[in-house]
Amino acid sequence: MTHSLMRRALMGTAAILALPGSAMAAEDLNALVWCDHTDPALIQPFEEEHGIRVNLREYEGTATALALLEQSRPGDWDVLVIDGIDVPRAAEAGLMAELPADELPLADFWPGVAMEDQTQMGGKTYAVTEKFGYNTISFNAGKVDAADMQDLSTAWSEKYKDRIAVYDYYLPVMGLAAIAAGKQTADLTADDLPALKETLFTMKENARSVGEVVSSQTALATGEVDIVIGGGEWLTAVLAEEQPELTWTIPDQGAVRWSQSIGVLETSENKDLAIEFVKYIVSPEGQARLATSSCYWGMPANKAAGEHLTGAQKDVLRWDNQAEYLERAQLYPAPDAELDGQMQNVWLEMLQH
Amino acid sequence: MAGPDTIRGWGFVAPALLWTLAFFVVPFGVMAAMSLATLEGRELVWGFSFDNYARLFGQSYLLRAIMVSLEITLTVTVVSILLAYPLAWIIAYRVPERWQRLALLLAILPFWTSYVVRSYAWLLVLSREGVINQTLLAIGVISEPLTLASTRFATVTGFVHFFVMLLTLTIYANLVQLPPNYRRAAVDLGASSWQAFRHVILPLTLPGIMTGAFLTFVLCIGDYITPQILGGNNELTGPQIIMVQLGRGANFPLAAAMSIVLMGLVTLAYLGASRWLRIDRL
Repeated sequence: MTHSLMRRALMGTAAILALPGSAMAAEDLNALVWCDHTDPALIQPFEEEHGIRVNLREYEGTATALALLEQSRPGDWDVLVIDGIDVPRAAEAGLMAELPADELPLADFWPGVAMEDQTQMGGKTYAVTEKFGYNTISFNAGKVDAADMQDLSTAWSEKYKDRIAVYDYYLPVMGLAAIAAGKQTADLTADDLPALKETLFTMKENARSVGEVVSSQTALATGEVDIVIGGGEWLTAVLAEEQPELTWTIPDQGAVRWSQSIGVLETSENKDLAIEFVKYIVSPEGQARLATSSCYWGMPANKAAGEHLTGAQKDVLRWDNQAEYLERAQLYPAPDAELDGQMQNVWLEMLQH
Repeated sequence: MAGPDTIRGWGFVAPALLWTLAFFVVPFGVMAAMSLATLEGRELVWGFSFDNYARLFGQSYLLRAIMVSLEITLTVTVVSILLAYPLAWIIAYRVPERWQRLALLLAILPFWTSYVVRSYAWLLVLSREGVINQTLLAIGVISEPLTLASTRFATVTGFVHFFVMLLTLTIYANLVQLPPNYRRAAVDLGASSWQAFRHVILPLTLPGIMTGAFLTFVLCIGDYITPQILGGNNELTGPQIIMVQLGRGANFPLAAAMSIVLMGLVTLAYLGASRWLRIDRL
């Protein structure tokens, strides 16, 4: 018996408690988002224009979002922000509604960022890329030889023992390990895992810590470590003004590109408004606000956002290097359920190593 | 037929019983059932399988998380008792009575700050650039910063800071209830101060110690925040592994099995301490 009624009933209670406040109303929008969408500077202009409230529920990890959706009643949620590589998984599960592709500014997107293979199925568009960036190497330029950071295996080598933090997310870091070994992240199989495990063990042996976003950022900012494996503009951009020595690079072997998408949920009872919200987020103004969100910065998918960003903001985002960076970066690994479980097990083994 | 007293009695206990049923018995039953389910791909399959328990005890990195939790919890409990007892003793017997309230207030002051903020504060204190390393470097005790943050030492320090306060309260509450004549009588009968403490005071304060120790054990073994912030993920505890299973893998069955095992450890701790658990004495 799968997805039993008992589980739905019990977990549904938890999901209702998790909803953003008791003031949810039919005319409000309810969105499952990443933390960058919780910046009032991004949300308030849309709320004021439409005279509604956007209820936001922050989550981490697609598995958490899918579990929340499964536990919710149809119509509870209208908008979903989701990892770009996980859009097919959500669309195949029938969670995503079709978007009006002709009303989206896809022609203004950076090359390759629209990710049609992930966001479109059977000629229908189910999500749109809103922001992207890189999981690569962040470092303190005042304490580390920048030339060393151009080689992945040197960045996590014994030369920097105890000066390294590893970002605690298995997909991008295992992607980096694969890239260091000359593999394509899209082609990873279970046969590659033993070699990746060896690389992860090396990282762990030389690392001071393995931490999530705040821990990694704190470790770099306080001088606890000088290098963050898996870091990028999303880690150092918000610190750029106070600590310009904290920077990032894309090594010679390449880096992993992260990408987040936004879509409307099939069960939404406010689809028109939800689509308006999606259109706002990918508009030049919305994109500029999203790119410089107080939670973390990242490149806007829509190039037209550049008109609303200052020169200094573009410098921090490395606006002028994007064409080159996009060519050299690979997407996150996109494992199926079985390989995903195996990769998580390897990651846990690394953590306990 | 039940008399009015019986009905009134049930009326008084019914809210507590319903509360316990709704928020402990039923959730525990669901968790136990969940621990016997399995995950096939990303699908949850209900059933009666011990696969999760077999995996938990068969995979070294999962079992190690339980062991790490146990080691940290026992260390924290012992260190907290060793620090809290003298503190409670000083407040109870050395601080004038009119200042005892203030002394207790100062002892529990750190309770007033957020648990998360306190953990991050410790991270800053223990970092390479933190006050400890900078002071030791400045006075020439060390030439290179010590590795203090992102270690088990940091996790234990954060925990001890919190639980010393808790244990101080339970031990102090026990100490002030002891008539001073007990100690005086022992000394009058020829016991040294140490013997009076060892054979009279200490046994009589065991309920306070064990109650505080049990609460420390329960809260510490189930804590996720402190090891997550201070431990640097260099070794995962049981709750951290549970969170990984829930947040990343949506593996509710394995997370439930690990939770049941942690509850089993708490039950064992309760059975071990139950002889001395006298909350009515506090």
